[in-house]
Amino acid sequence: MIPFEYIRATDVAGAVAAGSAPGAAYLAAGTNLLDLMKGGVARPTRLVDITRLPGLAAVERRDDGGLRIGALARNSDLAHDPAFAKAYPAVAEALLSGASAQLRNAATAAGNVMQRTRCPYFTDPGSACNKRRPGSGCEAVGGETRLHAVLGWSEACIATHPSDFCVSLVALDAGVEIAGPAGTRFVPLESFHRLPGDAPERETVLEPGELITALVLPPEAVAFAGHSRYLKVRDRTSYAFAVVSAAAALRIEDGRIAEARLALGGVALKPWRAKAAEGLLAGRAPDATAFRAAAEAALTDARPSGDNAFKIELARRLVVRALTAAAAGTPARLPALPGSVLAPAPEAAHA
Amino acid sequence: MPETAPRPIRHGSNLGQPLTRRDGILKVTGAAPYAADHHPPGMLYAVMAVSRIARGRVTRLDVAAAKNHPGVVAVMTPDNKPVLAQHPDEKHDGFTFRLDLLQDDRVRYANQPVAVVIAETLEAATEGAALLDPAYEVETPAVGLDAAEPFTPAAIGVGDPADMETGDVAAGLAGAAHTVAATYETPAQYHNAMEPHAVVATWDGDRLDLDMPSQGLAMAQGRIAGLFGIAPSDIHIRSPFLGGGFGSKGMIAGPQVLGIMAARLVGRPVKLVMSRPQMFGPVGHRAPTRQTLRLGAGADGALTALDHETLTATSTFDDFIEPSGGVSHTLYAAPALATRHRAVRLDTGTPLFMRAPGEASGSAALEAAIDEMAEACGMDPLDFRLRNYAETEPASGKPFSSKALRECYAQGAAAFGWSRRPLAPRQMRDANGLLVGWGVGTATFPALMFQAEARAVVRATGEASVAIGAIDMGQGAWTALAQIAAEELGLSIDAIDFRIGSSDLPNGGIAGGSAHTATAGTAIKGAATEVIAQLTALATQDRRSPLYGAGNAGVVARGGRLVRRDDESRSEAFTDILSRAGKDAVEGKGAAGPDAAREHYAMHAHGAVFAEVTVDPDLGQIRATRLVGAFAAGRIINPRLVRSQYYGGMIWGVSFALHEQAVMDPRTGRPMNANLAEYHVPVNADVPSLEAILVEEEDPHVNPLGIKGVGEIGVTGSAGAIVNAIWHATGMRVRTLPVTLDKLL
Amino acid sequence: MSFDIVLTVNGTRRTIPIPDPRVTLLDLLREGLHLTGAKKGCDRGQCGACTVLVDGRRINSCLALAVSLDGSEILTIEGLAEGDRLHPVQEAFIAHDGFQCGFCTPGQIMSAVGLIREAQAGDDPERVREAMSGNLCRCGAYAGITEAVLEAQNALSQHETPRRGEAA
Repeated sequence: MIPFEYIRATDVAGAVAAGSAPGAAYLAAGTNLLDLMKGGVARPTRLVDITRLPGLAAVERRDDGGLRIGALARNSDLAHDPAFAKAYPAVAEALLSGASAQLRNAATAAGNVMQRTRCPYFTDPGSACNKRRPGSGCEAVGGETRLHAVLGWSEACIATHPSDFCVSLVALDAGVEIAGPAGTRFVPLESFHRLPGDAPERETVLEPGELITALVLPPEAVAFAGHSRYLKVRDRTSYAFAVVSAAAALRIEDGRIAEARLALGGVALKPWRAKAAEGLLAGRAPDATAFRAAAEAALTDARPSGDNAFKIELARRLVVRALTAAAAGTPARLPALPGSVLAPAPEAAHA
Repeated sequence: MPETAPRPIRHGSNLGQPLTRRDGILKVTGAAPYAADHHPPGMLYAVMAVSRIARGRVTRLDVAAAKNHPGVVAVMTPDNKPVLAQHPDEKHDGFTFRLDLLQDDRVRYANQPVAVVIAETLEAATEGAALLDPAYEVETPAVGLDAAEPFTPAAIGVGDPADMETGDVAAGLAGAAHTVAATYETPAQYHNAMEPHAVVATWDGDRLDLDMPSQGLAMAQGRIAGLFGIAPSDIHIRSPFLGGGFGSKGMIAGPQVLGIMAARLVGRPVKLVMSRPQMFGPVGHRAPTRQTLRLGAGADGALTALDHETLTATSTFDDFIEPSGGVSHTLYAAPALATRHRAVRLDTGTPLFMRAPGEASGSAALEAAIDEMAEACGMDPLDFRLRNYAETEPASGKPFSSKALRECYAQGAAAFGWSRRPLAPRQMRDANGLLVGWGVGTATFPALMFQAEARAVVRATGEASVAIGAIDMGQGAWTALAQIAAEELGLSIDAIDFRIGSSDLPNGGIAGGSAHTATAGTAIKGAATEVIAQLTALATQDRRSPLYGAGNAGVVARGGRLVRRDDESRSEAFTDILSRAGKDAVEGKGAAGPDAAREHYAMHAHGAVFAEVTVDPDLGQIRATRLVGAFAAGRIINPRLVRSQYYGGMIWGVSFALHEQAVMDPRTGRPMNANLAEYHVPVNADVPSLEAILVEEEDPHVNPLGIKGVGEIGVTGSAGAIVNAIWHATGMRVRTLPVTLDKLL
Repeated sequence: MSFDIVLTVNGTRRTIPIPDPRVTLLDLLREGLHLTGAKKGCDRGQCGACTVLVDGRRINSCLALAVSLDGSEILTIEGLAEGDRLHPVQEAFIAHDGFQCGFCTPGQIMSAVGLIREAQAGDDPERVREAMSGNLCRCGAYAGITEAVLEAQNALSQHETPRRGEAA
């Protein structure tokens, strides 16, 4: 880790001013940033500690029925808040399927959104990586690619975004509240992360100095509470990144799907919203035929980026499973193994 | 859980008792000192820079940048390293491995140390190492078992021949009613003890003081002495606790020597602790294997031939050949039997012993092949194993010194509920529609004996001490060996000042090969026996003693007294015997080693592991939901600790079957998952149900204590049982381990 | 640039100079304060051996900058027992042989104490296993660990007075 200047911000404006300097990075819990600094991947010369910014950990119901999640709300506090888990069960399940209890206790909501890829060629400074060093090439291409992207990738970068939380949030049309040198702005989460294209070094739409102050769930999101699941296929039962994950949320009226939400994780460099599949489901009965059609639609554009063609079929099957589980109804209590496809689902409360 | 061993092997006040760990309080309070916990005055921090290429040369190190970093004291490179008395590539015996000690600019594997930065703080040393930013001349590395021409190794494992054959395998296969030929692959695995290798080194002139985890103190002492040209007796190694070893701390590792060199260079104490990614290179690993098994069986299900061929890998510069075929020498009664080992030289660190070396990888393949053979014969896999039960060791023809494997099969099957298993695969589902399968594997591990010495002293003050440079790496030597000492001295365990884990004690040998309790315990027994014999002589030859005339065989030591066997009312305290004789103390020395019985018997522990898995039929995700292992390993000193060893071994089996593999970039030879987030070992949620059954077994031949060893056998059998259960759940034979979910789609 | 921070470590409030902001909480505890119970198994939040409680919550101390924790209360394994009286989690780990080599044990125990405080798992062993999955044990003592956590949790629920590391 290179020596850095440590600045403790006391208000958002001060943070943004300090964070606008070249080489600056914001420090919240640091669970991802410190990891990257230790690995020599991130080498900020200034850390702006935002953990003491007032009010940024609050989770507030807004007048319009939406929910504002302060940037510093801890992953575990959010997931274990009974009202939150009841209103947004797939989000709670996604949060609890990620990392470990210790990491969730530290990691913040905005930090989760800002996580960087786990691509081993990115996290190893000895490898060529267009993200770390633009123009140096992508050593992942032709290398060890079992867990790499099958959607939205480019020759310049085939990495995936590691977050579970974001997958559930993007399904529910969450947005990102951003403070910056030019004031505050609001960006839908779906357009917050950038696909790699030919500039994989630009990972989000954040401009220098900009700081996430909150994540916002719109009022409509609660309407899916009765039929929401987040499922995550993993290489071990817990404490593993997704091979593929899916958030599925349904609004069911009179036995038919009034509205569907579907997003995939572990398949692209951003949480992948599957709007075409959602459109196919609207108005249909929640049955296997509909779910299979949705799965086909969600993966239409998928293509392997290496030895990972299996992820395409796996994702299709997981879409069917997640939609089926969502249709069956949100469990009254989160499963003992959140997000696990192997967890015996408790009795459905809303079916 | 049952708290005591079965009655016939429980006797006296100590052996067979499930004492909790005597080091338990130290460990649960954080007070147990591991090497990296030490801070001698004036200590500096050393951090290695390691190679990111697997083959080539280091052409430049930015030493100036590192030195300019505030806090950096020195940079050790091939140019300024202390002169060694011996070249690190010099080999003296099969247990000397070549080390990378900055001898030149060559790189022979990824993560090879190329320099060491020494600084006032850990932060400065770490950044200093990063600033060295080596430049390389890269050569194309050999990666994977197909990357080089196989050769026939001179020896495998610790000196066994590469090939063996008995009977006519070709004829056995040709005449078989059923045959199976299948190739299995097992990946490179890295020990990854939770404690990274570490050393805290302090020089005082030519005397050297070390805190360093070591599974073999005397061997480490000898290696250091040779490298630095000093006397072994001038080297003091303290290793009271190891944060796991599993073979990787059996020999002193290169990075530990680099820490000692760094201390020499700067003339101050130095602490060097490896980072987790650095552990994927210079501290050994289990080599990958490709094993081809050809089996034949008659219409009656009796094996006619077993042919087990192993292709494995070693490094370009040293030899350790994973002896996977060994399990086939002993497990099944094939009248014709052949094993062959070939190897390729790859640009990796040298492989090493890793928990059940040979047996783990070999048993994973053999047990799967046996299962396939049972299927071909239309037989239940347990019935097939019983049908081919080896009454004598197939390869050697020797009788077994003891073998309670039948009882293991029976007790394990009963506890597991094996009789309810449908023969065909894909017949069972759980309440959620997940596929369920049951599999079995046979476990085996040789009962070895190494060499060790011990000293026991009983004083006139009533104090007693037992000293042996034995090692507790989690298996429980602090407790089990003390139980043996207490038993043999006839003292309460708390009355003995019991010392292990330091090189200034009698040579306790090596904690490895599942032989440590047997070996060190036998040495302790010998020392204690000598003490008791001296006390007995003093008492029985003295008219003033109530034991006068009892003779050596006529007394037994118990509760700090000698007691007449034929009249328990006549006894005398050790203290009284000594004070009357005017002696301050009596001392006994004991030694252990392999004896002649080994030539007449095949000596192995055995077991049977039964596994249940659930598999998602669409998504392929697997969980080993239940494991029952029944093991017979001779006398059990402490059933609580033994059960933990079996559990640990079985979890290693889960890991072997489902999780562990080093993923090498095929172009660069660099391990791409050199961390604990992506090099998966099981987490708590991966092993929801474990049961270990301690099957009674008495062995009069294996050693004076009748102990066979329990540290490694749990790994064997388990991986095969799980892979076989996956077949039973899904109908799919996955022959490339680990069985990851993509292989079941 | 040197900072003075105030930490309450195992009940004792102390001012600690941090001469280098790169120091993590784990390295401060181990190398600065010589509280070496918390272990460095990976230094990257991947093994849990460094788990301590910060303001009552279990975290990976290797991934926390010490300077950022100014004002926090830290409880490490060294502060868990009260004199010779072991914490129920410590007692249960010994009774159930919830460790072998002992290297991951301080982290396992602090994680278990944090888990019990979180009160999310109840008496469901599956939830305990999931909640303890951030603590790797290479020796494979998981069965004993799960039993120990359940037993200690039960024992604590019957305690009148809160113990260290427990919610009042």
